[in-house]
Amino acid sequence: MQYIRPEIIGFVLGAMIAAFLFREYRARVGSAPIIRFMLGFFAMVGALVFLGCPWRALLRLAGGDGNAILALVGLVCGVALGVLFIKRGYNLGRSQKASPVVGAVMPLIMIGLLLLLIIKPVLSSGAPFFSTEGPGSQHANYLVALGIAVVIGFIAQRTRFCTMGAIRDVILMRDFHLMSGVVALLAGAFIMNLIYGQAHWGFAGQPVAHTNQLLNFGGMLLAGLCFALAGGCPGRQLFLSGEGDGDAAVFVLGMIVGAAFAHNFTTAGTPYPNNPANWGWGPAAIIVGLVFCVVIGLTMRGTATSRV
Amino acid sequence: MERIDCRGLSCPLPVVETRKYLEKLPSGGKIEVLVDTGTARDNVSRLAQREGCSVEVRETENEEFMLTITRK
Repeated sequence: MQYIRPEIIGFVLGAMIAAFLFREYRARVGSAPIIRFMLGFFAMVGALVFLGCPWRALLRLAGGDGNAILALVGLVCGVALGVLFIKRGYNLGRSQKASPVVGAVMPLIMIGLLLLLIIKPVLSSGAPFFSTEGPGSQHANYLVALGIAVVIGFIAQRTRFCTMGAIRDVILMRDFHLMSGVVALLAGAFIMNLIYGQAHWGFAGQPVAHTNQLLNFGGMLLAGLCFALAGGCPGRQLFLSGEGDGDAAVFVLGMIVGAAFAHNFTTAGTPYPNNPANWGWGPAAIIVGLVFCVVIGLTMRGTATSRV
Repeated sequence: MERIDCRGLSCPLPVVETRKYLEKLPSGGKIEVLVDTGTARDNVSRLAQREGCSVEVRETENEEFMLTITRK
């Protein structure tokens, strides 16, 4: 399952272009970066138990994968739990203005990854690895993928598209502004699947999925709580890191490390988790992650605003 | 007039904080909210309008935004 996805690179660079064009690039950092790193870590660990981020949960549902239903229920519950903490005064403190260079680090990392993707150097270790079979080998032409992702990153920076924010704003304020974007994503994918005859309804035999609903729910419960405590879904964190938010960039790095952990320590979901022998360390990782989040949610408080 | 500083706060805190003050704002009353990102500017403006207030946005020399919210 190894590939350097140009989609991720495009999201960050597209958001950066939009932020510069519309004078919204603001280099900033310093709102509890280490906690944001760990929230990114556990968000990825949780998402990989289910096998997908919120976007993929929506796309799986639009493709007829019933396993996404309990995952989305878990996501909503996780965000609702995060809202409870926010209502009790949870916050990670203020970020500070920083040198423009600070905000440029994540876009530069993405350009570095793009160079690795284009040049495909072969090091003695074999890295970077590109799968020749399995999900990692299945991808669009990288220039097409990059181009579309830049456009999506641009639009998402302008619209502030966020799947977690959509759920949070409905629960917290009955504000459906962001939810309209999420509904549009679901409807768009659903209609395209109908047109191309790609929807396959059911639970068993779905691509890169499993039918253990407890793990689908629990994984996304943890992920949703992490997103809510960090203030954005993975997509939103990528777009923010493109517009200069160093804290969002740290969250993204946490996700990368979390993904490496999940695959090396077998906490990620497998196609056969109904057999407890194949559960791996996934449930344990979810419990550790939830404990971490609850402690953070209860202890990270303080006066958010000051009168000036 | 009350003036609150929401600079450096990530989503949704500028909105959560502003809402606390808006709830206490009498008709004709004003508050000023200082934010430093376009997202916070848009979100706080949308909240104020949903609450039936008028919003005036002024960009400061530091590329920050001062929002003056008036309860109608």
